[in-house]
Amino acid sequence: MSDPRVAGAGVTKFGKHPERTGRDLFAEAGLEALDDAGVDPDDVDSLYYGNFMGELAEHQGHQGPLMAEAIGLDAPATRFEAACASAGVAVRGAVQALRNGEADVIVVGGAERMTNIGTAGATDALAIAADDLYEVRAGMTFPGAYALMTRAYFDQYGGSHEDLAHVAVKNHEHAMVNDHAQIQKEITVEDALEAPTIASPLGLYDSCPITDGAAAAVLTTESYAEDHGLDAPVAISGTGQGGDNLALQDRSHLAQTPAADKAAEEAYADADVGPEDIDVAEVHDCFTIAEVFAIESLGLYERGEGISAATDGETDRHGDQPVNLSGGLKAKGHPVGATGVAQLATITWLLDGSHPRADAVPDGTVGVAHNAGGTVASTTVHVLEVAE
Amino acid sequence: MSEQAPDGEYDEWLDAIADGEAYYVECANGHGWLPPRRVCPTCGSRDLSDQRLPEAGEIATHTTITVPTPQFEDDAPYVTAVAEFGPVSVTGIVRGVDPDAVEIGTMVGIDVGDRVTTGDRLVVFRPR
Repeated sequence: MSDPRVAGAGVTKFGKHPERTGRDLFAEAGLEALDDAGVDPDDVDSLYYGNFMGELAEHQGHQGPLMAEAIGLDAPATRFEAACASAGVAVRGAVQALRNGEADVIVVGGAERMTNIGTAGATDALAIAADDLYEVRAGMTFPGAYALMTRAYFDQYGGSHEDLAHVAVKNHEHAMVNDHAQIQKEITVEDALEAPTIASPLGLYDSCPITDGAAAAVLTTESYAEDHGLDAPVAISGTGQGGDNLALQDRSHLAQTPAADKAAEEAYADADVGPEDIDVAEVHDCFTIAEVFAIESLGLYERGEGISAATDGETDRHGDQPVNLSGGLKAKGHPVGATGVAQLATITWLLDGSHPRADAVPDGTVGVAHNAGGTVASTTVHVLEVAE
Repeated sequence: MSEQAPDGEYDEWLDAIADGEAYYVECANGHGWLPPRRVCPTCGSRDLSDQRLPEAGEIATHTTITVPTPQFEDDAPYVTAVAEFGPVSVTGIVRGVDPDAVEIGTMVGIDVGDRVTTGDRLVVFRPR
């Protein structure tokens, strides 16, 4: 069993494109990925596609075949849905299919159209990733859910809104050279602390923006890449997925994300690496506190110590443990169904040296991507390594 | 109020709270959950029985939401909280107290109220 290779990737500019259809966004990313890989579309065995809110945002279900058509594939296509981890589970499915010999080439991707339904519409659509009976009917929003987790974290481990502001400042600064990013604007700690509150204690700058965008990657087996002379030096060496109760009220922890712990353990064991081997990480910072949960679940920090990592400069591009060099969801943007594959593309580019922030990890050989769905009831973790 | 079919045991559970007979579901091994449940997610037991919910719960975490979904537009700002009632936790909206006075550890009782925006029923916590 060899590790699948990332043969090519494509990502649209993330941002506000209310007039662009999901199919157009995905076509741009998918065709870019195919061109980058240099793979004959006739060789593509399947499309694994992530999308979360297509029914609400575009009145469009059954998007798998639609998106295959959009990038010129005559291949079976399946949509994966796990809220904001939709693309992460699509990647995991593709890795498993390539490993077990079911396929030689799979296009994996995702897209989301969100800004066309406005802030209220998007808030409503995102909320349905929570438990409808017990959370949505109690007024839960996604910022609200993460605010509940934030307050529980502060109560259990300490930390402050100012620590979270440093996460936002860092990720905005990282995005300044990433032309795919939705927000290329530096902010200060004061800007973050003085921003309007969305759900106390979280403010506007603790939250990722509402985003339109798409991402795609072409994954192949090692043997296909060799036989076809593909330039595909980065392998996916580990995959993991964890789950938890859907509703926060039913969880064993309000200040931890056990689903991410499980996904990380599985992915690390699969790749035969540990947290100490990770040179660079792209994590699911839909809210600033989410980055803290992620780096603790990934074992990059002890429980309760992730909150000060950004404040201490450890996770910025000059630090020993750079996190979200793309700008993260916070500044790069978060078209929810595309995010997991955008993270995969970012780590690939950081490891092969083609990302504008690759100079932060010049000798990096191992990266990790952490993609969380809902309030982390679904999580995937993938380990990527330079194989050649 | 929305015109739609009731949600089975969930609406029966709200009825019970409104009647002062709030309950939770307990499995043979003592794990507590809220209805509807046919199996305990912790141990797999299918031997479930109704148990009286404790009169008072303790707020485990809370937030004041200022940017709501459209279904709560006229309710905002409001306090959503998770409160621990013995073996189960419940999510609800805290009423009858200044939002700034809500704290982790605040003791609350459970009730059923109406959503301002739509008139739909919801779980309400009040300090006690």
